[in-house]
Amino acid sequence: MTAYLLKRLIIAALTLVLASMVVFAVMEVLPGDPARLMLGLNASADQVELLRNQMGLNAPVALRYLHWAGGLVSLDFGRSYTYSVPVIDLVRERIAVSLPLALIALALSTVIAIPVGVFSASRQGQAGDTLAMGAAQLGVAVPNFWFALMLIYLFAVWLRLVPAGGFPGWNAGVWTALKSLLLPAIALALPQAAILARVARSALIEVLNEDYIRTARAKGLPYRAVLWRHALRNAMIPVLTILGLQFAFLLAGTIIIENVFYLPGLGRLIFQAITQRDLIVVESIVMLLVAAVILINLIVDFSYAIVDPRLRGRR
Amino acid sequence: MKLWKTILAAALLSLAAATSAFAARTDLVIGIPLEPPHLDPTAGAAAAIREVTYANVFEGLTRIGPNSEVLPDLAESWTISDDGKVYTFKLHTGVKFHDGANFSAEDVKFSLDRARAKDSVNAQKQLFAAIDKVEVVDPATVKVTLTHPQGSFLYNMGWGDAVIVSPKSADTNKEKPIGTGPFKFQNWAKGSSITLVKSDSYWGDPVFLDKVEFRVVPDAAAAVPALLSGDIQAFPFFDPDSVSQVKDDPRFKVVVGSTEGETILSINNQKPPFDKLQVRQAISYALDRKAIIDGASAGLGLPIGSHMSPANKYYVDLTGRYPHDVAKAKELLKQAGLENGFKATLKLPPPSYARLGGEIIASQLRDVGIDLEIIPVEWAQWLDQVFTKKDYDLTIVSHTEPNDIDIYSRKGYYFNYDNPTFDKVIADLELTSDEARRKELYAEAQKILADDAVVGFLYELPKVGVWDGKLQGLWENAPIPANDLTKVKWTD
Repeated sequence: MTAYLLKRLIIAALTLVLASMVVFAVMEVLPGDPARLMLGLNASADQVELLRNQMGLNAPVALRYLHWAGGLVSLDFGRSYTYSVPVIDLVRERIAVSLPLALIALALSTVIAIPVGVFSASRQGQAGDTLAMGAAQLGVAVPNFWFALMLIYLFAVWLRLVPAGGFPGWNAGVWTALKSLLLPAIALALPQAAILARVARSALIEVLNEDYIRTARAKGLPYRAVLWRHALRNAMIPVLTILGLQFAFLLAGTIIIENVFYLPGLGRLIFQAITQRDLIVVESIVMLLVAAVILINLIVDFSYAIVDPRLRGRR
Repeated sequence: MKLWKTILAAALLSLAAATSAFAARTDLVIGIPLEPPHLDPTAGAAAAIREVTYANVFEGLTRIGPNSEVLPDLAESWTISDDGKVYTFKLHTGVKFHDGANFSAEDVKFSLDRARAKDSVNAQKQLFAAIDKVEVVDPATVKVTLTHPQGSFLYNMGWGDAVIVSPKSADTNKEKPIGTGPFKFQNWAKGSSITLVKSDSYWGDPVFLDKVEFRVVPDAAAAVPALLSGDIQAFPFFDPDSVSQVKDDPRFKVVVGSTEGETILSINNQKPPFDKLQVRQAISYALDRKAIIDGASAGLGLPIGSHMSPANKYYVDLTGRYPHDVAKAKELLKQAGLENGFKATLKLPPPSYARLGGEIIASQLRDVGIDLEIIPVEWAQWLDQVFTKKDYDLTIVSHTEPNDIDIYSRKGYYFNYDNPTFDKVIADLELTSDEARRKELYAEAQKILADDAVVGFLYELPKVGVWDGKLQGLWENAPIPANDLTKVKWTD
């Protein structure tokens, strides 16, 4: 187990180094000058040059890479060019929105998807299954920003139960903050739930055709117990894999929903940083996300071992 | 005994309820489409910085009013020497910065010297180029000597980039702006909102609002429900395409005004065949401004015939110079030896006026035989390729700086336009203070640009504001980027 863990960690570290090089190189070749963007159309070339010097953009590429990567190792992510505050502060503020949002959406999507998947699989081919999978198909097909707008018009404009968007911050009270995350979480969760339900269904159907299910039924166990205890547990591995992927997506890939609800999340920060050529912010956040994805994958690997005792014995 | 106590209590309660019902609201949430990168107008060109801080947090010697007029601000009055080179400003006394520091002539000297210093990164450094020296006469008097008389000096000092800052807080204004204005900075939740509150130590007329929150709403689709639900009460810069969704709602006022944003089809004047006057004129004849305004700006926005806003006092109407005339355009192309047309590229930055306008212009130019390849670019690329390296044929952009007709005389500006006659007019303007003469010169400059068809003049970017019908005092026009809240109040 220790050797296995060590190997995984070394691979993770190598991935990080490689990713840092790729990210830095991509941002280097991206056309556009952050100094010119900040100073606008009326500034002279001399002034742009002056600002470039002040921002340290005129140093050799290798030096700048080493400076940045060295900072990352000591958890110093540098300072944003445009905001001129430490990147880590920006990220901390955004994570306070994106992480809870991702967790709520993930929880919602699981709570919806697993029962639907089980329901469908146990009634394979029947009317209930067709209906549920039809709904899931719709959930995948409906664009989530449209769904989000419908939610806003219903719950914010018409019923006035929740704000139409924005995030008051956790200082405004946990309930107030949670309320503003509710609609975006639903809008995010629904398409994810639809995908997850389909995966859960097909995984479960495969398991239900196994010999040991027939054996369990033959020895007299009620169908319900077989379904939830024997079958579902064995169908969890593909479900967990998808969940891991979805979580990584929900952390930073939610820019459209963040825009519709004008939430200050990570996705919007990255997008804004790219358009403003705030290179250091883009690079550092991408690295954080790479680290997060690696971590999530590790967690998913370990959770396989929890649901499947056979995997525990190996190594 | 008990009874009269109850009655008294009831009377007091109803009185309290009545007064609170009659007291006007004093809070306001304003939606802004772009978050400012920071809040120091002396260190960045972003309009969003001014849309939060101008006239609210920071003040200058002079200020620009809602109709582009120059008004006294921190300087209560001034005298100009006979040769037009020495400006003596009399300053208001008893003015304090938000951190408690006293404002005096020293701060004016500090701010102006800082903006024009060698290592200054002020985005509009040219505003201070004529200043020779700044002297403190006494704590309430400052004398500014120019190297040459400059007609626009008082106007220049009203820009957001020329605000007066304190030496104590100048370096931290990006994060925590400290000015002399009626509102002081309270809080900035990054990516979300900026909050200002009324400053109790303000020297001038007291403002009506106690608390103002600028909330960042980047998506036009999100702006409509935010208004409808009452979460946000004003969008001074609303997306023209979404206006139809709120214009029939009696709760809201839709106010269409003018900006200083000349939206133009920029032409690379040195790149063949655009170096030929006939080709540029053919393009001008081929453009149907009405169709462009309808398609790219929801029918809002006034057509222009030269580089000047119709709301500007120096404006002359030249929209009739090149009426939409396909036959004339083809005729001119034939004279230029291009009767079979030609191919060119059109680089489009992200705003919808460019992306939508570009499609329409491409089809209008196709009608006269000019085949455009559309290349969408983002801002950073546009600044790099088009603006800096001048690697383009045609592009669409809105020049939003006020009174910026002089850009056509700048050496190496991306139009690649070079006309000594025009340069002479601009040089004369710089030296002229006499209003009547300035008007003549501005008219002449506009006419030269139209005659030369330097670029395709399209329309003036409209300022479409939507706000609660009970709200008063927001600017109708945008002579400079600003959301001046000094006169804003709620009425019942």
